[in-house]
Amino acid sequence: MDLSAALNTKDSTKEDVQLAQDKEITKVQELTYELKVKDVMTTDVVTVSPKDSMNNVREILRIKRISGTPVVQDNQLVGIVSIEDLIRCLVDGEMDASVEKKMTRKLEALHADEPVIHAVRKFDRYGFGRLPVIERDQGKLVGILTKGDIIEGLFKKLQIDYHEEEIHRYRASHIFEDIVADKARLHFQYNIVGQDFNRAGESASALKKTLLRLGFHPQIVRRVAIATYEAEMNIVIFANGGQILASVDPERIEIEASDAGPGIPDIEQAMQPGFSTAPEWVQELGFGAGMGLSNIQKCADKMDLTSQVGKGTDLKATIYIKGRGNR
Amino acid sequence: MKLQEIVKELGLEVRCAAHNLNKQVSGGYASDLLSDVIANSKKDNIWITLQIHQNIVAVASLKELAGVIIVNGREPEEGALKKAEEENIPIMLTKLPTFEVVGRLYKLGIPGKM
Repeated sequence: MDLSAALNTKDSTKEDVQLAQDKEITKVQELTYELKVKDVMTTDVVTVSPKDSMNNVREILRIKRISGTPVVQDNQLVGIVSIEDLIRCLVDGEMDASVEKKMTRKLEALHADEPVIHAVRKFDRYGFGRLPVIERDQGKLVGILTKGDIIEGLFKKLQIDYHEEEIHRYRASHIFEDIVADKARLHFQYNIVGQDFNRAGESASALKKTLLRLGFHPQIVRRVAIATYEAEMNIVIFANGGQILASVDPERIEIEASDAGPGIPDIEQAMQPGFSTAPEWVQELGFGAGMGLSNIQKCADKMDLTSQVGKGTDLKATIYIKGRGNR
Repeated sequence: MKLQEIVKELGLEVRCAAHNLNKQVSGGYASDLLSDVIANSKKDNIWITLQIHQNIVAVASLKELAGVIIVNGREPEEGALKKAEEENIPIMLTKLPTFEVVGRLYKLGIPGKM
Protein backbone atom coordinates (compact mmCIF):
# COMPACT_ATOMS: atom_id res chain seq x y z
CA MET A 1 0.00 0.00 0.00
CA ASP A 2 1.15 3.51 -0.78
CA LEU A 3 1.68 4.99 2.65
CA SER A 4 1.34 8.63 1.68
CA ALA A 5 -1.91 7.95 -0.13
CA ALA A 6 -3.17 6.07 2.87
CA LEU A 7 -2.24 8.95 5.11
CA ASN A 8 -3.69 11.41 2.64
CA THR A 9 -0.62 13.62 2.46
CA LYS A 10 0.19 16.24 -0.12
CA ASP A 11 1.20 15.07 -3.55
CA SER A 12 1.60 17.41 -6.54
CA THR A 13 -0.04 14.97 -8.99
CA LYS A 14 -3.19 14.90 -6.93
CA GLU A 15 -3.53 18.65 -6.72
CA ASP A 16 -7.27 18.93 -7.52
CA VAL A 17 -8.32 16.33 -5.02
CA GLN A 18 -5.98 17.94 -2.56
CA LEU A 19 -7.58 21.36 -2.97
CA ALA A 20 -10.86 20.07 -1.69
CA GLN A 21 -9.16 18.19 1.08
CA ASP A 22 -6.93 21.05 2.14
CA LYS A 23 -9.77 22.64 4.02
CA GLU A 24 -10.33 19.52 6.01
CA ILE A 25 -7.17 18.25 7.61
CA THR A 26 -7.71 14.81 9.03
CA LYS A 27 -6.65 13.86 12.51
CA VAL A 28 -4.10 11.43 11.09
CA GLN A 29 -2.56 14.12 8.89
CA GLU A 30 -2.34 16.46 11.84
CA LEU A 31 -0.59 13.76 13.83
CA THR A 32 2.02 13.08 11.15
CA TYR A 33 3.09 16.71 11.54
CA GLU A 34 2.81 16.72 15.30
CA LEU A 35 4.64 13.47 16.04
CA LYS A 36 8.42 13.39 15.79
CA VAL A 37 10.45 10.51 14.40
CA LYS A 38 11.87 9.89 17.88
CA ASP A 39 8.32 9.39 19.23
CA VAL A 40 7.62 6.39 17.03
CA MET A 41 11.04 4.87 16.21
CA THR A 42 12.46 1.69 17.71
CA THR A 43 15.38 2.61 19.95
CA ASP A 44 16.56 -0.90 20.70
CA VAL A 45 18.47 -1.31 17.44
CA VAL A 46 20.33 -4.41 16.40
CA THR A 47 23.52 -3.37 14.57
CA VAL A 48 26.46 -5.10 12.91
CA SER A 49 30.04 -3.94 12.42
CA PRO A 50 31.71 -3.57 8.99
CA LYS A 51 34.08 -6.42 9.84
CA ASP A 52 31.30 -8.95 10.49
CA SER A 53 30.76 -11.63 7.85
CA MET A 54 27.58 -11.90 5.81
CA ASN A 55 27.06 -15.30 7.48
CA ASN A 56 26.82 -13.48 10.81
CA VAL A 57 24.30 -11.08 9.31
CA ARG A 58 22.18 -14.02 8.16
CA GLU A 59 22.11 -15.44 11.68
CA ILE A 60 21.25 -12.08 13.23
CA LEU A 61 18.41 -11.42 10.78
CA ARG A 62 17.07 -14.92 11.35
CA ILE A 63 17.20 -14.83 15.15
CA LYS A 64 15.87 -11.27 15.48
CA ARG A 65 13.32 -11.83 12.70
CA ILE A 66 14.22 -8.57 10.99
CA SER A 67 14.93 -7.86 7.34
CA GLY A 68 17.82 -5.44 7.59
CA THR A 69 20.16 -3.75 10.05
CA PRO A 70 22.38 -0.64 10.21
CA VAL A 71 26.17 -1.00 10.05
CA VAL A 72 27.92 0.98 12.77
CA GLN A 73 31.58 1.79 13.34
CA ASP A 74 32.72 3.88 16.33
CA ASN A 75 29.14 4.93 17.00
CA GLN A 76 28.86 6.31 13.47
CA LEU A 77 26.43 4.98 10.91
CA VAL A 78 28.41 3.81 7.89
CA GLY A 79 25.91 1.74 5.95
CA ILE A 80 22.93 -0.53 5.99
CA VAL A 81 22.71 -4.20 5.14
CA SER A 82 19.43 -5.81 4.15
CA ILE A 83 18.01 -9.16 3.18
CA GLU A 84 18.40 -8.16 -0.50
CA ASP A 85 22.17 -7.77 -0.02
CA LEU A 86 22.18 -11.16 1.66
CA ILE A 87 20.34 -12.85 -1.19
CA ARG A 88 22.83 -11.41 -3.66
CA CYS A 89 25.70 -12.91 -1.62
CA LEU A 90 23.94 -16.28 -1.51
CA VAL A 91 23.51 -16.27 -5.29
CA ASP A 92 27.16 -15.31 -5.79
CA GLY A 93 28.36 -17.78 -3.10
CA GLU A 94 30.04 -15.00 -1.13
CA MET A 95 28.65 -15.56 2.35
CA ASP A 96 32.10 -15.30 3.90
CA ALA A 97 32.58 -11.77 2.58
CA SER A 98 32.67 -8.95 5.11
CA VAL A 99 29.72 -6.64 5.60
CA GLU A 100 31.66 -3.55 4.45
CA LYS A 101 32.06 -5.06 0.99
CA LYS A 102 28.38 -5.89 0.55
CA MET A 103 26.48 -3.22 2.49
CA THR A 104 24.64 -0.31 0.93
CA ARG A 105 26.71 2.84 1.47
CA LYS A 106 24.53 5.40 -0.20
CA LEU A 107 22.65 6.29 2.90
CA GLU A 108 19.29 7.81 3.49
CA ALA A 109 18.71 8.54 7.13
CA LEU A 110 16.24 10.47 9.25
CA HIS A 111 16.90 12.91 12.05
CA ALA A 112 15.28 12.14 15.38
CA ASP A 113 13.65 15.57 15.62
CA GLU A 114 12.03 15.52 12.17
CA PRO A 115 8.25 15.26 11.97
CA VAL A 116 6.88 11.86 10.98
CA ILE A 117 5.53 13.33 7.72
CA HIS A 118 9.13 13.63 6.45
CA ALA A 119 9.65 9.94 7.08
CA VAL A 120 6.41 9.09 5.26
CA ARG A 121 7.59 11.02 2.19
CA LYS A 122 11.05 9.46 2.31
CA PHE A 123 9.63 5.93 2.47
CA ASP A 124 7.50 6.68 -0.58
CA ARG A 125 10.30 8.28 -2.55
CA TYR A 126 12.88 5.54 -2.01
CA GLY A 127 10.76 2.50 -1.35
CA PHE A 128 12.96 1.40 1.56
CA GLY A 129 11.63 -0.93 4.22
CA ARG A 130 13.47 0.86 7.03
CA LEU A 131 15.38 4.05 7.66
CA PRO A 132 18.07 4.57 10.28
CA VAL A 133 17.58 7.51 12.62
CA ILE A 134 20.56 9.66 13.60
CA GLU A 135 21.15 12.49 16.02
CA ARG A 136 21.43 15.80 14.22
CA ASP A 137 24.70 17.03 15.80
CA GLN A 138 26.91 13.99 16.17
CA GLY A 139 25.47 11.74 13.51
CA LYS A 140 25.16 9.04 16.15
CA LEU A 141 22.71 6.22 15.42
CA VAL A 142 19.79 6.50 17.88
CA GLY A 143 17.09 4.32 16.36
CA ILE A 144 15.48 2.71 13.37
CA LEU A 145 12.13 3.36 11.77
CA THR A 146 9.86 1.12 9.70
CA LYS A 147 6.43 1.81 8.21
CA GLY A 148 5.04 -0.49 10.85
CA ASP A 149 6.53 1.73 13.58
CA ILE A 150 4.77 4.74 12.08
CA ILE A 151 1.40 3.01 11.96
CA GLU A 152 1.80 1.70 15.49
CA GLY A 153 2.86 5.13 16.73
CA LEU A 154 -0.15 6.77 15.13
CA PHE A 155 -2.51 4.25 16.66
CA LYS A 156 -1.01 4.76 20.10
CA LYS A 157 -1.30 8.51 19.83
CA LEU A 158 -4.87 8.28 18.61
CA GLN A 159 -5.72 6.03 21.51
CA ILE A 160 -4.19 8.42 24.04
CA ASP A 161 -6.02 11.37 22.50
CA TYR A 162 -9.26 9.44 22.45
CA HIS A 163 -8.83 8.38 26.07
CA GLU A 164 -8.22 11.99 27.14
CA GLU A 165 -11.29 13.06 25.25
CA GLU A 166 -13.36 10.42 27.03
CA ILE A 167 -12.16 11.47 30.46
CA HIS A 168 -12.94 15.05 29.54
CA ARG A 169 -16.42 14.09 28.45
CA TYR A 170 -17.06 11.95 31.50
CA ARG A 171 -16.23 14.84 33.77
CA ALA A 172 -19.27 16.57 32.35
CA SER A 173 -17.23 19.69 32.12
CA HIS A 174 -18.69 20.55 28.72
CA ILE A 175 -22.12 21.41 30.03
CA PHE A 176 -20.60 23.55 32.73
CA GLU A 177 -18.27 25.17 30.20
CA ASP A 178 -21.33 26.22 28.22
CA ILE A 179 -22.73 28.04 31.20
CA VAL A 180 -21.31 31.53 31.60
CA ALA A 181 -20.91 32.09 35.31
CA ASP A 182 -18.21 32.20 37.95
CA LYS A 183 -19.73 29.18 39.58
CA ALA A 184 -22.53 26.91 38.41
CA ARG A 185 -24.39 24.12 40.17
CA LEU A 186 -27.30 22.04 39.03
CA HIS A 187 -29.98 20.97 41.50
CA PHE A 188 -32.37 18.07 41.13
CA GLN A 189 -35.15 17.49 43.59
CA TYR A 190 -37.06 14.25 44.09
CA ASN A 191 -40.05 13.84 46.36
CA ILE A 192 -40.33 10.52 48.14
CA VAL A 193 -43.63 8.98 49.14
CA GLY A 194 -43.46 7.10 52.42
CA GLN A 195 -44.39 3.42 52.73
CA ASP A 196 -44.85 3.10 48.97
CA PHE A 197 -42.65 0.16 48.10
CA ASN A 198 -43.83 0.07 44.52
CA ARG A 199 -42.31 3.42 43.74
CA ALA A 200 -39.30 3.05 46.01
CA GLY A 201 -36.08 3.38 44.07
CA GLU A 202 -37.51 5.60 41.37
CA SER A 203 -35.61 8.68 42.50
CA ALA A 204 -32.30 6.85 42.53
CA SER A 205 -32.88 5.50 39.06
CA ALA A 206 -34.03 8.90 37.74
CA LEU A 207 -30.93 10.57 39.19
CA LYS A 208 -28.74 7.83 37.72
CA LYS A 209 -30.18 8.42 34.24
CA THR A 210 -29.77 12.17 34.58
CA LEU A 211 -26.14 11.96 35.65
CA LEU A 212 -25.29 9.56 32.83
CA ARG A 213 -26.88 11.95 30.36
CA LEU A 214 -24.80 14.77 31.79
CA GLY A 215 -21.79 12.66 30.91
CA PHE A 216 -20.48 11.74 34.34
CA HIS A 217 -18.24 8.68 34.52
CA PRO A 218 -20.25 5.47 35.03
CA GLN A 219 -18.18 4.58 38.13
CA ILE A 220 -19.09 7.87 39.78
CA VAL A 221 -22.73 7.51 38.77
CA ARG A 222 -22.89 4.00 40.22
CA ARG A 223 -21.68 5.21 43.61
CA VAL A 224 -24.12 8.12 43.62
CA ALA A 225 -26.98 5.82 42.60
CA ILE A 226 -26.32 3.28 45.34
CA ALA A 227 -26.05 5.96 48.03
CA THR A 228 -29.26 7.59 46.77
CA TYR A 229 -31.10 4.27 46.60
CA GLU A 230 -30.28 3.43 50.22
CA ALA A 231 -31.18 6.93 51.42
CA GLU A 232 -34.43 6.73 49.49
CA MET A 233 -35.24 3.33 51.01
CA ASN A 234 -34.71 4.66 54.52
CA ILE A 235 -37.23 7.42 53.87
CA VAL A 236 -39.73 4.95 52.39
CA ILE A 237 -39.37 2.47 55.25
CA PHE A 238 -39.18 4.76 58.25
CA ALA A 239 -40.65 8.16 57.41
CA ASN A 240 -43.91 9.36 56.04
CA GLY A 241 -42.21 10.70 52.96
CA GLY A 242 -39.37 13.11 52.40
CA GLN A 243 -37.14 14.67 49.86
CA ILE A 244 -33.90 14.01 48.04
CA LEU A 245 -31.93 16.94 46.73
CA ALA A 246 -28.94 16.33 44.49
CA SER A 247 -26.64 19.21 43.66
CA VAL A 248 -24.00 18.78 41.05
CA ASP A 249 -21.00 20.75 39.87
CA PRO A 250 -17.78 19.77 38.10
CA GLU A 251 -16.04 19.02 41.41
CA ARG A 252 -18.61 17.09 43.41
CA ILE A 253 -22.06 15.57 43.65
CA GLU A 254 -23.92 16.15 46.90
CA ILE A 255 -26.99 14.21 47.90
CA GLU A 256 -29.17 15.42 50.73
CA ALA A 257 -31.95 13.18 51.94
CA SER A 258 -34.27 14.72 54.50
CA ASP A 259 -37.46 13.60 56.17
CA ALA A 260 -39.71 14.55 59.05
CA GLY A 261 -39.82 10.96 60.31
CA PRO A 262 -39.24 9.45 63.74
CA GLY A 263 -35.52 10.26 63.87
CA ILE A 264 -32.64 8.04 64.96
CA PRO A 265 -32.03 7.75 68.75
CA ASP A 266 -28.51 6.33 68.46
CA ILE A 267 -26.69 7.14 65.24
CA GLU A 268 -23.61 5.12 66.14
CA GLN A 269 -25.72 2.03 66.65
CA ALA A 270 -27.67 2.67 63.43
CA MET A 271 -24.41 2.81 61.51
CA GLN A 272 -23.48 -0.73 62.59
CA PRO A 273 -23.87 -3.12 59.64
CA GLY A 274 -26.74 -5.47 60.34
CA PHE A 275 -28.46 -3.33 62.96
CA SER A 276 -32.04 -2.80 61.89
CA THR A 277 -35.24 -1.50 63.40
CA ALA A 278 -37.33 -2.20 60.32
CA PRO A 279 -40.64 -3.98 61.02
CA GLU A 280 -40.82 -7.64 60.14
CA TRP A 281 -43.12 -7.23 57.13
CA VAL A 282 -40.61 -4.78 55.60
CA GLN A 283 -37.76 -7.18 56.21
CA GLU A 284 -39.73 -9.93 54.51
CA LEU A 285 -39.75 -7.80 51.38
CA GLY A 286 -35.98 -7.85 51.52
CA PHE A 287 -35.55 -4.35 52.89
CA GLY A 288 -34.27 -3.19 56.21
CA ALA A 289 -31.28 -5.49 56.34
CA GLY A 290 -29.47 -2.94 58.47
CA MET A 291 -26.88 -2.26 55.81
CA GLY A 292 -28.25 0.89 54.23
CA LEU A 293 -26.23 3.46 56.13
CA SER A 294 -23.00 1.50 55.91
CA ASN A 295 -23.57 1.06 52.16
CA ILE A 296 -23.94 4.82 51.83
CA GLN A 297 -20.78 5.37 53.80
CA LYS A 298 -18.89 2.96 51.57
CA CYS A 299 -19.98 4.77 48.41
CA ALA A 300 -19.55 8.34 49.57
CA ASP A 301 -16.35 10.27 50.12
CA LYS A 302 -18.03 12.18 52.94
CA MET A 303 -21.18 11.47 54.92
CA ASP A 304 -22.96 13.57 57.55
CA LEU A 305 -25.94 12.28 59.45
CA THR A 306 -27.94 14.46 61.81
CA SER A 307 -31.14 13.38 63.46
CA GLN A 308 -33.53 14.44 66.18
CA VAL A 309 -35.99 12.00 67.66
CA GLY A 310 -39.52 13.06 66.78
CA LYS A 311 -38.30 15.73 64.39
CA GLY A 312 -36.62 13.97 61.51
CA THR A 313 -33.38 12.98 59.87
CA ASP A 314 -31.03 14.72 57.50
CA LEU A 315 -28.35 12.82 55.59
CA LYS A 316 -25.70 14.40 53.40
CA ALA A 317 -23.43 12.33 51.20
CA THR A 318 -20.72 13.83 49.00
CA ILE A 319 -18.92 12.18 46.13
CA TYR A 320 -15.92 13.97 44.65
CA ILE A 321 -15.43 13.70 40.93
CA LYS A 322 -11.72 14.31 40.71
CA GLY A 323 -10.48 13.52 44.21
CA ARG A 324 -10.70 9.86 45.01
CA GLY A 325 -11.73 9.19 41.45
CA ASN A 326 -12.96 5.89 40.15
CA ARG A 327 -12.77 3.12 42.64
CA MET B 1 -20.65 -18.84 30.64
CA LYS B 2 -23.56 -17.18 28.91
CA LEU B 3 -26.98 -16.67 30.48
CA GLN B 4 -28.46 -18.64 27.58
CA GLU B 5 -26.48 -21.75 28.51
CA ILE B 6 -27.45 -21.46 32.18
CA VAL B 7 -31.13 -21.28 31.20
CA LYS B 8 -30.70 -24.46 29.17
CA GLU B 9 -28.65 -26.39 31.73
CA LEU B 10 -30.97 -25.62 34.64
CA GLY B 11 -34.20 -25.69 32.65
CA LEU B 12 -35.19 -22.20 33.77
CA GLU B 13 -38.36 -20.49 32.67
CA VAL B 14 -37.51 -17.10 31.22
CA ARG B 15 -40.27 -14.64 32.07
CA CYS B 16 -38.98 -11.41 30.55
CA ALA B 17 -36.18 -9.75 28.58
CA ALA B 18 -35.66 -13.08 26.77
CA HIS B 19 -33.72 -11.28 24.04
CA ASN B 20 -31.07 -10.29 26.55
CA LEU B 21 -29.66 -13.76 27.31
CA ASN B 22 -26.50 -13.38 25.32
CA LYS B 23 -24.65 -11.85 28.27
CA GLN B 24 -21.55 -13.39 29.77
CA VAL B 25 -22.09 -14.14 33.48
CA SER B 26 -19.20 -13.02 35.70
CA GLY B 27 -20.24 -14.97 38.81
CA GLY B 28 -23.15 -15.54 41.14
CA TYR B 29 -24.64 -14.07 44.31
CA ALA B 30 -27.40 -15.53 46.45
CA SER B 31 -29.22 -13.38 48.99
CA ASP B 32 -32.71 -12.20 49.88
CA LEU B 33 -31.64 -8.96 51.48
CA LEU B 34 -31.59 -6.16 48.94
CA SER B 35 -28.98 -4.04 50.70
CA ASP B 36 -26.74 -7.06 51.00
CA VAL B 37 -27.01 -7.61 47.26
CA ILE B 38 -26.29 -3.93 46.65
CA ALA B 39 -23.23 -4.14 48.86
CA ASN B 40 -21.79 -7.43 47.70
CA SER B 41 -22.90 -8.44 44.22
CA LYS B 42 -20.73 -7.61 41.23
CA LYS B 43 -21.49 -6.40 37.75
CA ASP B 44 -22.80 -9.15 35.43
CA ASN B 45 -23.44 -11.51 38.36
CA ILE B 46 -26.43 -13.80 38.28
CA TRP B 47 -28.56 -13.24 41.39
CA ILE B 48 -30.49 -16.03 43.09
CA THR B 49 -33.32 -14.92 45.40
CA LEU B 50 -36.79 -15.75 46.62
CA GLN B 51 -37.87 -12.11 46.57
CA ILE B 52 -40.59 -11.39 44.04
CA HIS B 53 -41.09 -7.73 44.71
CA GLN B 54 -40.41 -5.24 41.92
CA ASN B 55 -37.51 -3.72 43.82
CA ILE B 56 -35.40 -6.71 42.78
CA VAL B 57 -35.38 -5.07 39.36
CA ALA B 58 -34.21 -1.75 40.79
CA VAL B 59 -31.36 -3.53 42.58
CA ALA B 60 -30.42 -5.62 39.54
CA SER B 61 -30.42 -2.53 37.34
CA LEU B 62 -28.46 -0.49 39.88
CA LYS B 63 -25.74 -3.13 40.09
CA GLU B 64 -25.93 -4.02 36.39
CA LEU B 65 -26.51 -7.68 37.14
CA ALA B 66 -26.82 -10.17 34.29
CA GLY B 67 -30.15 -11.54 35.48
CA VAL B 68 -32.26 -12.78 38.40
CA ILE B 69 -33.26 -16.36 39.19
CA ILE B 70 -36.35 -16.61 41.41
CA VAL B 71 -36.45 -19.89 43.32
CA ASN B 72 -39.00 -22.19 44.99
CA GLY B 73 -41.49 -21.81 42.14
CA ARG B 74 -42.43 -18.33 43.34
CA GLU B 75 -44.30 -16.12 40.94
CA PRO B 76 -42.95 -12.55 40.58
CA GLU B 77 -45.36 -9.65 41.04
CA GLU B 78 -46.75 -8.18 37.86
CA GLY B 79 -45.07 -4.84 38.49
CA ALA B 80 -41.74 -6.60 38.77
CA LEU B 81 -42.08 -8.24 35.36
CA LYS B 82 -43.20 -5.02 33.72
CA LYS B 83 -40.28 -3.14 35.17
CA ALA B 84 -37.81 -5.88 34.30
CA GLU B 85 -38.94 -5.76 30.69
CA GLU B 86 -38.42 -1.98 30.67
CA GLU B 87 -35.00 -2.25 32.25
CA ASN B 88 -33.98 -5.22 30.11
CA ILE B 89 -33.26 -7.47 33.10
CA PRO B 90 -33.96 -11.17 32.44
CA ILE B 91 -36.08 -12.77 35.19
CA MET B 92 -35.86 -16.55 35.28
CA LEU B 93 -37.98 -18.92 37.36
CA THR B 94 -37.29 -22.35 38.79
CA LYS B 95 -39.04 -24.79 41.15
CA LEU B 96 -35.69 -25.66 42.73
CA PRO B 97 -34.66 -24.19 46.09
CA THR B 98 -31.72 -21.77 46.39
CA PHE B 99 -29.26 -24.36 47.69
CA GLU B 100 -29.85 -26.63 44.72
CA VAL B 101 -29.66 -23.80 42.17
CA VAL B 102 -26.39 -22.50 43.60
CA GLY B 103 -24.95 -26.01 43.69
CA ARG B 104 -25.76 -26.63 40.05
CA LEU B 105 -24.42 -23.24 38.97
CA TYR B 106 -21.20 -23.88 40.87
CA LYS B 107 -20.86 -27.21 39.12
CA LEU B 108 -21.22 -25.41 35.80
CA GLY B 109 -18.23 -23.29 36.75
CA ILE B 110 -19.99 -20.11 37.93
CA PRO B 111 -17.81 -18.75 40.76
CA GLY B 112 -19.03 -17.12 43.94
CA LYS B 113 -15.73 -15.61 44.93
CA MET B 114 -15.38 -11.87 45.20
